[in-house]
Formats: sequence, C-alpha cells, structure tokens
Amino acid sequence: MQYNGGSVIAMAGKDCVAIASDLRLGVQSLGISSNFQRVFPVTDRIYIGLPGLATDVTTLHEQFRYRVNMYTIKEEREIEPQAFTQMVSSTLYERRFGPWFIEPVIAGMQKMPNGEYSPWIAATDLIGCINFAKDFVVAGTASEKLFGVAEGLWEPDLEPDDLFETISQTLLNAVDRDAYSGWGAVVHVITKDKVVTRTLKGRMD
Amino acid sequence: MATAGGGAYSYSLTVFSPSGKLVQIEHALAAVAQGTTSLGIKASNGIVIATEKKSSSILIDDSVIEKVAVICPNIGIVYSGMGPDFRVLVTRARKSAQAYWKIHGEYPPTKILTQEIANIMQQATHSGYVISYDGTNFGALISVLAHRGVRPYGVSLLVAGWDITRGPTLYQVDPSGSFWAWKASAIGKNMVNAKTFLEKRYNDEISLEDAIHTALLTLKEGFEGQMTEKTIEIGVVTVPSLAELEAGKVEGTGRYKPTFRKLTEEEVRDYLAL
Repeated sequence: MQYNGGSVIAMAGKDCVAIASDLRLGVQSLGISSNFQRVFPVTDRIYIGLPGLATDVTTLHEQFRYRVNMYTIKEEREIEPQAFTQMVSSTLYERRFGPWFIEPVIAGMQKMPNGEYSPWIAATDLIGCINFAKDFVVAGTASEKLFGVAEGLWEPDLEPDDLFETISQTLLNAVDRDAYSGWGAVVHVITKDKVVTRTLKGRMD
Repeated sequence: MATAGGGAYSYSLTVFSPSGKLVQIEHALAAVAQGTTSLGIKASNGIVIATEKKSSSILIDDSVIEKVAVICPNIGIVYSGMGPDFRVLVTRARKSAQAYWKIHGEYPPTKILTQEIANIMQQATHSGYVISYDGTNFGALISVLAHRGVRPYGVSLLVAGWDITRGPTLYQVDPSGSFWAWKASAIGKNMVNAKTFLEKRYNDEISLEDAIHTALLTLKEGFEGQMTEKTIEIGVVTVPSLAELEAGKVEGTGRYKPTFRKLTEEEVRDYLAL
C-alpha cells in the first residue's frame, strides 16, 4: 500500500455523493507523477477509487470495466451501486490468498424502488470486506488523517456545493500530513443527473 | 486429456437429419407431450403456475412429490416430462441462483435465470465426448464437459418470477434450449387444447385471483379423475407493493420477503371449493 502511495475519500450529502483523490504517484518517497488517475467512472452514476499498488490500479480498473460491460450486455440494464459493490467485493475475494493491493472506494447514486435516487458510498479492504457507511469512507496511505479531518468537518445533508468544499478541505488537509499522498487532487460530485469534476492544486512538497 | 474431435472414446449422439432436424430433440419433445399438463398465466398483479400431480398407484405417498419447485425467493418453476431430469435441472438452477447471489448480492432477474437454465438444456443437445481425467488441474473444465451431450433433457419448463427491472415474467424453456416469454402457456399432454382454452379466457387485465381460477378451470378440461388438493400443485408470484419494497429486509431473518411461493394444500382446497 505504501509503495506508490495515494488516498481516496468518499462522502455522502443530500441527494449527492462526492469522491476525491490525490494525484500523486511515487516509488517509496520518490515522486514520479502529479497527474496519476485512480478514480474512474463506472456508469453515469457510479465512480470507483482504487488506492494502492499502481499496477493493480490499472489491471483492476480494466477487470471492473470488463465485468460491468458483460453485466450491462447480459442484463440489458445499468449496474446499480449496490450490485457493483458486491461485484467489487467478490472480485477481490477471488484472490483471497494472493490479493490485489487495492482498497477500493465506491460512490454512486442508488436507484430506489420508488424511482428516486439515494446516496451510496462504500469501501472494502484488500480482500473485499465491505464497509458501507452513511457519512464517509476513506482509504489509502493518508486514511488515518482523512478519518480525523472528516470526523471534524463532515455534517449530514450537505448540498452539492457544500459537500464539494467539505471533501476538498478534508482531502487537502489530510494529505498534507502524509508523505505518500498529495501533489494535487481531483474531486467528483455526483448527483442523480450530473457529475461535476474539479481538479485542485495542492502543496508540491 | 480430452480426445477432442475423434478417438475411440468420443461418439456423436445427436446428428442433423438430411431434412435439417435434430431427431433427438423431437423425441424429447414427444416425451414432454406425454407428460402431465402444466400451465402458467401472467396476471396484472402476479403469475400463477399450476400442474396436475397424478400418481400411478393409490399406495404412493403423494404428499412427498414436488412438481412446482422454488429456485430462489423470487423465482419458481414447473415442468412437464421426465421427473428425474427436472430434479437435476432444479438443482442446477438453484446453484446458479446462489452463485449469482454470491457475486451480486441479489437474486437473479427471471430472464437471467431462464437463460442459465436454457443454456444447460442447450448444452445437452450437443454431441458428447467422453473425457478421461489425467490427474492434472482440469477439474473445473472436465466437470463442464462431462455434463454435455448424452441426451437432451426430457422436460419443458415454465419459469415464473418477479424482479425489479421487468416485473412479473413467465418463460417457457424447451429441450432444445430455446425460450420465450408468455402471457399464458401450457405444456405437456393437453397443451394444444389448454392453449386454445387459455387464448379464449385470457385478457391483459386479469387479476391473480381470477388467473388462479382460470388455471384450475383449464386443468379441469383435460383432467382424468378427481381434482383435489392432493392432485394439484400451484405456485404464485405476487408483485410486492412499494411499501414492502421500501421496508426492505424482513426483521430478524435479514431476508427480503419472497415474491414466489407455493400454495399450501389448504389454500388449494379453498380455491377448488370456489
């Protein structure tokens, strides 16, 4: 987990969710890139963040893309966040004794039986144990710091703009206390009919 | 290892006839046509599947016979044709539903499960190879290949289920592995008469209660002997209300309320009395 560094956080708001990650790729303490993408769209309403070993970020992203595409074709419908979270979990548990070095974070809007959408955020450990939360989930090398700042800043029912501010401040301040994360950040705010993506500048030391 | 494409231990069992038919499949359909009648009707608020359960001797304990089977909480099936073949398919379908649950955390939509069953039945229409096992790690591969061929399954199935995307749906699967969605269908001995009867009786607004009575009436048409709760089996799909869906999991068990269930003998008796 510490080899390449990187951190991801997801937060739930009022009819919206946000997922954010830093952009650093390193080898131990040596910085390699300040533009490394580890948060990916899965559907129009689901994003997944894959902090951990960079080579597994790429491979798992392709694995999930393949499985989601097969699901979409077979089932003739888009996958929902809940089913996708289960899929992520079982994909990781398949490698129970030689795991992917990834701790995924999932954020999306889940379709409810009445046709409305509700926020869905979840994270798993590297062998797929699901942690489903109502407030926020964190993962990566700065996870302890993210936990601390998020505990202090998060509040229930934040509107998209306020959620953006909260998750951005949480991430930027947490990664400044972590040598393996930082070098800029990307934030996605997901609502039922649109996603707003913003890239943030951070400390470069 | 497999002696694919020839060798002393591989033999083809289904061969196209010059006219383009697979006679083994036609024979399988003939086996189905000899089986007891089963039928399914899709109503506006659910589905009913029903079959007659006739035993050849009064000495048989017919309370143990099961012709309508629950596959998973939202799907049930009924068959016409060969009982043992059905039993195998039920086991395979249940496994498939659980495998789906393990990956997606929910039970399969009716169409997906129907496709799975249809695939199993289609694979039995291919010619089979006898696989010898050489002790290497081909276990998974060989268990798949060893199930292929030999002969087609001698059953037609009616698959009834409910899912959130397509609502209540009723499918028929044939020994060839082809499947269709129906508003109402019948399979087995009296299927032609039963279908004509259903065509006259069916309308899109029919309620589940009416559909159950229509099902019994249709069965009665070709029924030999007394129709009682012992000689009839009924399964119903009920469409859950929005409140039930939002309530989610049942307190205690942590499971969703099943949308498919078999009617008890008492319930069947009550419907027959009306």
